[in-house]
Amino acid sequence: MEQTTFPAQYKSDQPVRWCPGCGDHAILNSLHKAMATLGVAPHQTAVISGIGCSSRLPYYMNTYGFHTIHGRGAAVATGVKLANPELTVWQISGDGDGLAIGGNHFIHAVRRNIDINILLLNNKIYGLTKGQYSPTSARGFVSKSSPYGTVEDPFIPAELVFGARGNFFARSIDVELAVTQECLVAAGSHKGTAVTEILQNCVIYNNGIHSPITDRQYRPDRTIHLVDGEKMLFGKDKEKGIVQDGFYLKAVTLGEDGYTIDDVLVHDSHTPSNFLHQQLAMMDGTDLPLAIGVIRDVTTPTYNDALEEQIREVRAAKGFDSLRSMILAGDTWTVK
Amino acid sequence: MLPDTSVKTLDKVVVRFSGDSGDGMQLVGNIFTNVSAGLGNEVSTFPDYPAEIRAPQGSLGGVSGFQVSVGRGVHTPGDRADVLVAMNPAALKQNVRHLKDGGVAIVDVDSMTESDLRKALFTTDDPYKELGLRAQVVEVPITSMTRATLADSGLDAKAINKCRNFFALGLICWLFDRPMDAVERFLKKKFGKKPAIFDANMKVLTAGYNYGHNIHASVSTYRVESNDATPGVYTDINGNTATAWGLIMASEKSGRPLFLGSYPITPATDILHELAKRKDLGVKAVQMEDEIAGVCSAIGASFAGNLAVTSTSGPGLALKSEAIGLAVMAELPLVVIDVQRGGPSTGLPTKTEQTDLLHALYGRNGESPLAVVAPLSPTDCFDMAFEACRIAIEHMTPVILLTDAFIANGSSAWRIPEDNEYPAIRPPYLPQERIDAGGWRPYDRNEENLVRYWALPGTEGAAHRIGGLEKDCVTGAISTDPVNHEKMVMTRREKIERIADDILAQEVIEAGVPTDTLLVGWGGTYGHLRTAAAELTAQGIPVDLAQLRYISPLPSNMGEILSRYKRVIVAELNTGMLASYLQSRFPSAHIERINKVQGQPFLVEEVAEAVKSLLKD
Repeated sequence: MEQTTFPAQYKSDQPVRWCPGCGDHAILNSLHKAMATLGVAPHQTAVISGIGCSSRLPYYMNTYGFHTIHGRGAAVATGVKLANPELTVWQISGDGDGLAIGGNHFIHAVRRNIDINILLLNNKIYGLTKGQYSPTSARGFVSKSSPYGTVEDPFIPAELVFGARGNFFARSIDVELAVTQECLVAAGSHKGTAVTEILQNCVIYNNGIHSPITDRQYRPDRTIHLVDGEKMLFGKDKEKGIVQDGFYLKAVTLGEDGYTIDDVLVHDSHTPSNFLHQQLAMMDGTDLPLAIGVIRDVTTPTYNDALEEQIREVRAAKGFDSLRSMILAGDTWTVK
Repeated sequence: MLPDTSVKTLDKVVVRFSGDSGDGMQLVGNIFTNVSAGLGNEVSTFPDYPAEIRAPQGSLGGVSGFQVSVGRGVHTPGDRADVLVAMNPAALKQNVRHLKDGGVAIVDVDSMTESDLRKALFTTDDPYKELGLRAQVVEVPITSMTRATLADSGLDAKAINKCRNFFALGLICWLFDRPMDAVERFLKKKFGKKPAIFDANMKVLTAGYNYGHNIHASVSTYRVESNDATPGVYTDINGNTATAWGLIMASEKSGRPLFLGSYPITPATDILHELAKRKDLGVKAVQMEDEIAGVCSAIGASFAGNLAVTSTSGPGLALKSEAIGLAVMAELPLVVIDVQRGGPSTGLPTKTEQTDLLHALYGRNGESPLAVVAPLSPTDCFDMAFEACRIAIEHMTPVILLTDAFIANGSSAWRIPEDNEYPAIRPPYLPQERIDAGGWRPYDRNEENLVRYWALPGTEGAAHRIGGLEKDCVTGAISTDPVNHEKMVMTRREKIERIADDILAQEVIEAGVPTDTLLVGWGGTYGHLRTAAAELTAQGIPVDLAQLRYISPLPSNMGEILSRYKRVIVAELNTGMLASYLQSRFPSAHIERINKVQGQPFLVEEVAEAVKSLLKD
């Protein structure tokens, strides 16, 4: 199919004001490219955000855009999609905006399965307010608001998505441009709430937080790129794989301990059961490699389609053509 | 011209208990009567027994009733009941003719079984429809809750069933604020020698009372009657229904689909209920996860081009404040309905007050002016909901509609308007020629009323970005320039002030004889204040009345009206919010105050007395 839209069409004329070296620059480029691949015209696209560094993104899009208030992006995006289901709606959020102040809206958007695409840029820190811990910061994390280390456990975004019965979850890393694009194209094609978590580096307040997993020398062994229909292989020479071990997953080296390529699982993001998807999403780069790519992509009825359908049915059944006709069908009397 | 209305049944209420002759209706009716008399009420009763001592259970012939009128000026048991308790289908059928239109029928839903319906000779499964009931039905699982309450009592099933009447009595006591200890004294007298029965009845009574509390049950003991009998087709509506329908009319007249983002809260929930039903007219009513999501989804829907509304009551308005500020800043149309109740905090959820006025006017961070309007009566909710939508859309601003529990639950006969009685609402769409000319910016304004254009997402060539950050007055891009910020603050304020050119002038209801006394009220107190002004005038103390529906901005003739009177008395159900607002706007006016904050409407008599007392000085 001939591509009719191009990344430049999605770029606004506003100068991008993120810090030099910020992971958001790469994510913005990936989003422009993904949108061009999806081919939805800029004027049919709405990009909604809350507050935070990542939430500045709508200003850099040549689409309809709405930079709202802290944490409420998912609720605003819900209203946009329900009011005009013809629009393709993207929501940009971060770990503070989406999982702290906006946690309630996040899980309920996922539960309702509104057809919106949520980009969750996770840098495990509050950047715009200059360096406080976030709900994804690890226990013991030292920051300006936790000078002696936090005494609380973090959310794992994937776990929240599955807990809210989400049917699309993908993950990427800011520097993995091709994987990010692949995830966003899949998210944009998915009908229903699509959450894509992108591990993003805050160069000022949390530089290197993802390095133990994402640095070039570690990445082949500590991440795995899941691709539908392909064996779950990783390592520099794809010499390692994921196998089933009872109820759990295990990372093995092919040719060792009797494991062969036949033992390695094949990824299926479309299988309705989320059991294996959850296990894959929870791999954290220590014993098991962190999964990137589209982990779950299952189609179920969306809220917006169901709402339109219900309205069509009820209208057809009742047959009112105006408020007056509806009222007149009820109890009335006439004064002459 | 403001409708001539009057408030009725201020001082008395008629309750009718009905059930099978074995259900103990006479007993609970008598207790309610005695407790009310003990509280200083006048009472008049009418026991309505069946001819048979024990006709077959559940049959029409076996229905026993007890009607009582309590309050002031009670001379008869009342023609028709405000509240009917029906313990089974037969009781409902036999007594529905004794219930006022717009009254409340409390029905034991557990008794609405196939067999009981047949015994009462109903031919369908919908007894309410079959009876053509023009009342608010409150279905209460009286039997099952009584059984659950006494599950551990050791009483047998028959004895437990005999306590059902006390559940009904408890609920009625909640509705009319009858104290439980007074009821307890009567029960002691009657059952003092049978402690097990006394305990059981007390438990069930308390359970019924608590049930009323838990479901925020309320009945309006007031009815606002229009004295206008224009020929036409009428129906009975309460303020919440009228509000919901006014929004739908505005949707039809603006061509913008109606979206409601809401969260249940007493006493506003019925607006959500009504609009949820109106999927049959294409309305999208969405129950969101919280109050904030309710308003935020509405703001999103507004951005996307719908007529967007959120409905709530006081605590919800507080939660929505930040988001309403976003709509002020983004200059998007939004209607916020606040059905005021007693506050602060959770306050008195089922009671009426006018204590959210200053919150509506000022309750946001930063300089964030918006429009505030307040309907006068249940039927005026239709007109002012329509007007709120018109102002929101045509002036691209949030509008707060301040109704209250009294008019929201109060009902009135209402003439169904013809389609041509309401004007077209004209959204300020971005004209195609401006798109074609290029160079359009999202905060370009109509110079006359300072309204920006509404470019709906999906429109080719008009993609733009807006948000909560201050923007440059020319380009619409983010700006922190100090002078620009002040200019934008003044522009947003001036935009609201100029709405005054687009609303009706304030009307004064004149005494008919010259007077230098003006009574001023706003919103839902209209019926009481108008009646009070008329009574004072009849007593030789002429009083003019100005009842405000437009509060922000005020009608442009407001200052001139106030300057005509030596005595300006502002009466409101708070500690003086409108009075202080008017005083700040018109420092030279001499404003006196009548205030009441009891969760109750004014009484006509107390307003009249208060005016007389002020005029003595």
